[in-house]
Amino acid sequence: MSATAWAWLVLLFPLLGSVVIALGYRALPQKAAGAIGTLAIGLSFACGVAATVSLLGDETHARHHASSLWDYASAAGLDIELGIFVDPLSIFMVLVVTGVSTLIHLYSFGYMQSDEGYHRFFSYLNFFVFSMLLLVLAGNFVLLTVGWAFVGFASYALISFWYRRETATRAGMKAFVINVVGDIGLVLAAFLIFRELGSFDYGEVFEKAPEVFATNEWTIVAICLLLLVGAFAKSAQLPLHTWLPDAMEGPTPVSALIHAATMVTAGVYLIARTHPLFELAPTAADVAAITGLATLLVAGTMALVMTDLKRAIAYSTMSQIGYMVMGVSIGAYSAGMFHLMTHAFFKALLFMAAGSIIAAMANDQNIDRMSGFGKAMRFTSITFVCGALALAAFPGTSGFFSKDEILAFAGARGGMYAAMMVLGYAGALLTAVYSFRLVFRILPGRPCPEAQELIETGHVAHEAPKNPATGEPEDTDVGFPGSEHHIAERNWPMRAAMAVLAVLALVGGLVQIPGVDHVITNFLEPVFEESALAHIHPSAGTEWLGLAVGAAISLLGIGIAYLFYVAQPGRSRQLETRLRPLHTLFANKWYFDELIDVLVVRPALAIGRFANRVFERVVVDGLVSGTEGTVRGASGVVRGVQSGFVRGYALLLFAGFAGLALYFLLASS
Amino acid sequence: MTVEWYIVLSSLLFATGAIGILIRRSPMVILLCLELMLNAGNLALVAFSRMVGNGEGQVFAVIVMVVAACEVVVGLGLIVAIFRRRLPLNVDDLRELRG
Amino acid sequence: MEEALFFLAALGALGGAVGVIAMRNPFYSVLFLIAHLFSLAVLFLLLTAAFVAAAQVVVYAGAVMVLYVFVVAYVGGGGESAWEPIPGQRFLAPLLGIALFIELAVAILSSALLALGTEGPDVKPGFGDPAAIGRLLLEKFLLPFEASSILLLLAAVGAIALAARRREVEA
Repeated sequence: MSATAWAWLVLLFPLLGSVVIALGYRALPQKAAGAIGTLAIGLSFACGVAATVSLLGDETHARHHASSLWDYASAAGLDIELGIFVDPLSIFMVLVVTGVSTLIHLYSFGYMQSDEGYHRFFSYLNFFVFSMLLLVLAGNFVLLTVGWAFVGFASYALISFWYRRETATRAGMKAFVINVVGDIGLVLAAFLIFRELGSFDYGEVFEKAPEVFATNEWTIVAICLLLLVGAFAKSAQLPLHTWLPDAMEGPTPVSALIHAATMVTAGVYLIARTHPLFELAPTAADVAAITGLATLLVAGTMALVMTDLKRAIAYSTMSQIGYMVMGVSIGAYSAGMFHLMTHAFFKALLFMAAGSIIAAMANDQNIDRMSGFGKAMRFTSITFVCGALALAAFPGTSGFFSKDEILAFAGARGGMYAAMMVLGYAGALLTAVYSFRLVFRILPGRPCPEAQELIETGHVAHEAPKNPATGEPEDTDVGFPGSEHHIAERNWPMRAAMAVLAVLALVGGLVQIPGVDHVITNFLEPVFEESALAHIHPSAGTEWLGLAVGAAISLLGIGIAYLFYVAQPGRSRQLETRLRPLHTLFANKWYFDELIDVLVVRPALAIGRFANRVFERVVVDGLVSGTEGTVRGASGVVRGVQSGFVRGYALLLFAGFAGLALYFLLASS
Repeated sequence: MTVEWYIVLSSLLFATGAIGILIRRSPMVILLCLELMLNAGNLALVAFSRMVGNGEGQVFAVIVMVVAACEVVVGLGLIVAIFRRRLPLNVDDLRELRG
Repeated sequence: MEEALFFLAALGALGGAVGVIAMRNPFYSVLFLIAHLFSLAVLFLLLTAAFVAAAQVVVYAGAVMVLYVFVVAYVGGGGESAWEPIPGQRFLAPLLGIALFIELAVAILSSALLALGTEGPDVKPGFGDPAAIGRLLLEKFLLPFEASSILLLLAAVGAIALAARRREVEA
């Protein structure tokens, strides 16, 4: 079968899975629903592999196929089709998305076992995967927007999964609203593209763009900036990032899948996909690179002081995506995609392990209360450490190779980008410190009460259910987390998924060792062959130097963390007191939420209040009641004629007759 | 006397009957005024019949008389029925169709 | 001669009409109407409609008016109160009547129908006789003739239905 046929199947299976589970939720037993969901994505992955094989069978320069099912609109110069575009970039994303999704579905199979909304969870999760695949495989900007919006919806549905929790629903709304801002940017960009280039189709747009636009013409810069608005909202970059930490209200598998591995990488994919446009607008590309860099550093500082385990990992995600955004904006496309892949592995792993630990803590997410899990949960700790090593770019892990490739490219481009490289290494230091801060806070040391209970009795701690953020009491019925907490040690699906990811996190980097093999670069070569930037290669010596520097920084970071949290535990407190203002700034998330509140939320509320009090009451109501009053008055006057007196009616009759006769008399004269 | 005179007289009688209907309140008198109008019509018919020269207008007038008689019968029957129920004989009391 | 008769009869008719609408007591109105009907009969005679004139006197003034007299005697004639509930009625009604008359008069006098200005064609001696009317009724206008007899029947039945004593309803 052709690659596009396999690609359609890739899209079909998750959609089928979602619909089947949704329609049959009453009839399907729990295990069946989970199995169907996981199997659907698994089949999708298999079809993705088949599509890859088919694609590799093509000659290198012909490795792009478009296929369309039907025409949406075909009128007045508009030609929108339900069309997909299969080339190495989209297939790469398909493989990453479906591969990691299969593992996360497997994990959820065990983790969400006691939740009353199990079927709904798998249906939504499958729908999300379908939307993400739609986004990735779309062949024109319209279908891209459709996939983009669907993904936003799926994210909202899954963040607010425990819908009876007010914090969760509010977080869902926040995520959705900020995503809509991004959607607007994307749609406006699509409009401008259509106006300037006359088509929505990728092939035509990318072909015509260099002919129509001069470099850095304001139209193309505007288009790219609007695309960036969309990308930043989806990928949680500054300033549209405030939704991501709140999105941790969703269940852990959701955080792993959507907010670490797949949805938040959509922005990176967008920039990579529309790279011909960005290469025509270097200004916009630089804006993206600088934003990525800024996010990288700011998020890193925030992760350093977070006490909520999931939020700390969320900020880490934001920071790593900053690397990816920076990478694809400066031209390191395959490096950026490589980092996307490795990040998916180790971030999903970290979330899974975090989920296991939080379950052991009876849904408490505060790391101040966690310690000693190294002894209590062996498997979870080992996988957590694997993930942290990859995140900190420990030499030899996947994260090590991917991160350094981006920074080496930046150095090779020179000028401003060399400065970015230096700051990128600073960010890497921060990353190492905060990731091992988590490791050294949670795993070694004297077991906390929950860990102690696990060691002694083998029971998972069980407390009265309550909201981890606010402490409000809850129950365990539909709309809230289930009564049982599942840890990896007791649950084989969780263990299986985490084991696979741990292995991938550690050895996944071996596909792209500088100077040795370039699997990913070669695979993505046909997509970027026309790009001038993509052909910048740092020399082998520079690359190995970069690796050495990276290794040193990583080890330094781990060492600092060890110093502060294991060797001399009191020092972190001392540093905090001495740098109190800085600590407050970081802990309050650089006051972004407050800023947005003042700049956006309050004016919007004021406008709403004005609309209600002044406009609605005076103008609209005035118009309506005014009209009503006038009509009523007029009809009152007319009603006077209907007096009920027969003689009055007779009078009117004769009057009418007289008038008519007069008219005819006059007319005939 | 040309036919015109008769027709003008007939219209004068008709107008008088109309005024009577509008002014008087007793159903009896209203019926009488109705008779006036009908008779005015009769006069006009007979005059036209004379003008044309055949008797068809007169036949029409006879039929009108028949109709008038029937209408009088029913109208008086109504008045008697109202009187029997001891209701005041006043046309203004029929006011149910007011808006 | 003819003119004098015409004016006398016209005056009688007009006087009767005005009397009908002006009298307080309904009985007097009935009497005035009878006078009016007689004047009208004279006018019919002037128009060589002998049968109609006779029918007018015998049927109309003779039977219908007698009916009226009976009912007025039974019901009694009360005066009407002076107060007029409908505003403007007392003022507008005469006005409308006059307007109506003027319009009709104008229409007739300025009509293009030239025959109105004549006395009519010369007619044979049998014009307007009962024989002539009878022939017309039974030959040309048979259907209206039969229909009006049914109408009379209906009216009679209706009158009985209306005026019959109902023992349960009566107090």
